[in-house]
Amino acid sequence: MSNLSIFGKAGRALAAAAVAAATLPTVASAGPTLDRINERGVIKVGVGTTPGFFAPDSNGKWQGFFIDYGRALSIAVFGTPDKVEFTSSSPQQRLPALQAGEFDVLLSGVTVTTTRAFKLGFHFGPTVFYDGQAILARKDLGVTSAAELDGATIGVQSGTTGELNIADFFRKTGKQFTPVTIEDTSEFLSALETNRVDAITQDSSDLVGKLQQLKDPSAYVLLPERLSKEPLAPAIVGGDDRWLEIINWTVYATIQAEEWGITQANVDEFLKSEDPAIQRFLGVDPSFAQDIGLDPKWAYNIIKTVGNYGEIYDRNLAPLGWERGYNQLWTKGGLLYSPPFR
Amino acid sequence: MTLSSTLRRAFAGPANIALSLATLSILALILPPLFGWAVTHAVWQGDMETCRAASGACWAFLQAKARFILFAFYPAEQLWRPVLVVMALLVLMILSTLPRLWGKALLTLWPITLLSAWWLMAGSGPLPRVSVNDWGGLPVTLLVWTTCMAFALPTAVLLALARQSRMGGLRSLSVAYIEVMRATPMVAILYFAMLILPMALPNGIILDKIARATIMTALFFTAYLAEVVRGGLQTIPAGQAEAASALGLGYWRTVQLIVLPQALNKVIPGLVNLAIGFLLATSLLAVIGVFDLLNAAKASTTDPAWMGFYDEAYIFAALIYFVLCFGGSRYSLWLERRLQRH
Repeated sequence: MSNLSIFGKAGRALAAAAVAAATLPTVASAGPTLDRINERGVIKVGVGTTPGFFAPDSNGKWQGFFIDYGRALSIAVFGTPDKVEFTSSSPQQRLPALQAGEFDVLLSGVTVTTTRAFKLGFHFGPTVFYDGQAILARKDLGVTSAAELDGATIGVQSGTTGELNIADFFRKTGKQFTPVTIEDTSEFLSALETNRVDAITQDSSDLVGKLQQLKDPSAYVLLPERLSKEPLAPAIVGGDDRWLEIINWTVYATIQAEEWGITQANVDEFLKSEDPAIQRFLGVDPSFAQDIGLDPKWAYNIIKTVGNYGEIYDRNLAPLGWERGYNQLWTKGGLLYSPPFR
Repeated sequence: MTLSSTLRRAFAGPANIALSLATLSILALILPPLFGWAVTHAVWQGDMETCRAASGACWAFLQAKARFILFAFYPAEQLWRPVLVVMALLVLMILSTLPRLWGKALLTLWPITLLSAWWLMAGSGPLPRVSVNDWGGLPVTLLVWTTCMAFALPTAVLLALARQSRMGGLRSLSVAYIEVMRATPMVAILYFAMLILPMALPNGIILDKIARATIMTALFFTAYLAEVVRGGLQTIPAGQAEAASALGLGYWRTVQLIVLPQALNKVIPGLVNLAIGFLLATSLLAVIGVFDLLNAAKASTTDPAWMGFYDEAYIFAALIYFVLCFGGSRYSLWLERRLQRH
């Protein structure tokens, strides 16, 4: 008692604060975005239109890599994959629209940058796709690396950072090149096919899709260099930590499942696993999910419905000729790494 | 005009002969390959692989994608609703073209049809709700267009009258409105509708994207229409209004019975011309992510199962626009001739 008195009022206030902190609920209350989502009963997701990543199929249903992550988020929040509304948004308009509250999350392949984080106040989830600007060249040029390109005519899409990156790259290699700015997608391809340009440069995610659309894909080669870093991640407006955590751990769940070898097909067998980490993950031990305020079956349902990272990738991107590249588990030499589920 | 008289005129004099021969040789160069592409080598049935293997057009693509291009994401089991909306709006337009029907009945038919069309699309009561996010294609293009016209024409008449009014305040307001709207690009208006309007609306009022865009586009069209109407008003000699007032007619009776019927008759070609321009301008809705007819055609080319058939998709959309616009321009010619006779 006398001990406490030497701290006086301040000591008592501190003690009271410590008690209050200890009794605080472990689950933080929902933030403004999550409140809005719960009230509306549906998650609004901004997407784009790029084959493999997000595209409407013949039945008018969205399909693609990022679309599957939107469905996974719907499972994490609502328990079913269909409480999500996808809206296509152009690159110029998507960030202002996110800011205006038009979307709860952008899954439209936004590159994480310092400016967007500091100056514009956006928060980013984990990188789900490591992209980078690449060069697609005609094979008959006989080059196997971008450093060998000299005096080539290269098509760049107008209004993109690609113009700057390619100029920087050639300044570094000290070689000559002639840029040709091209606006429209279909014109981009015809410029290459009619030999108006020797090569085109864009994010590799675009180029792989374009390669498939060329009349003779085998006459072209995707050069190995990446001229820029384009880590694509879910983007949200700052100020809702819990919503960000749900996005983070939804992405991690797909990565962790692949690391454990849990797939859509065998997830039910893993329910019998003796591994306590897997038991926590799949909700066999429900106390873990209850602690974090999610449905015990959230991760199980995500894997059962959309599959693990590798399955999402193989279903949407592999048919277009994508190789995993950087988008491989860290255990296999890639960059995908999930923090532990505990 | 008979064939022989056409031929005689085409080959009268050396200049005409040279022009005709030049035209014929250009046609001879263009038509055979075009025919080969569109008919001889075209693929009518099959999938992407069969199309890739062939050198001609891929009409099988349109078979698979027609539904998406015309109706976008609208749920398949509710498809009768947008079909009915398109038919109702086309019938409404055809009825409106017949001078014999111009009268009160048509004036009441317009708001009734438009309100039912919006209700059919959205659904409520007995009809299941369909989120505006799933609307798209031809019904959206037609609905936005007709709604804008229905709002813009009466408002434009009032604006034009205000601009001619002797009340200084009213006149300046009208001039200010028209000049501000005409000095703003439509894309800026659409961004305003998308990003700023939601913040300007009173709390609790949430308008969806298409409704906001329709309101702003209608306000935009109004300014242009008002100037066309003003052109008509200026052709009516002041003496007519003075005579009417000498006969004891009030302002509104004078406008309704004497000024407007003559003024509008004079500007019909201008009005139809503007209406056609607006129909094409609705394709700008794509910049705010609305899947109008053109945007749906573009998005249909990103499906990995049917990737990159830009030509076919755009030709399909172009044909629909052409039929509507060509119909409009022929109608305008017919109407002019008919009105001249009276």
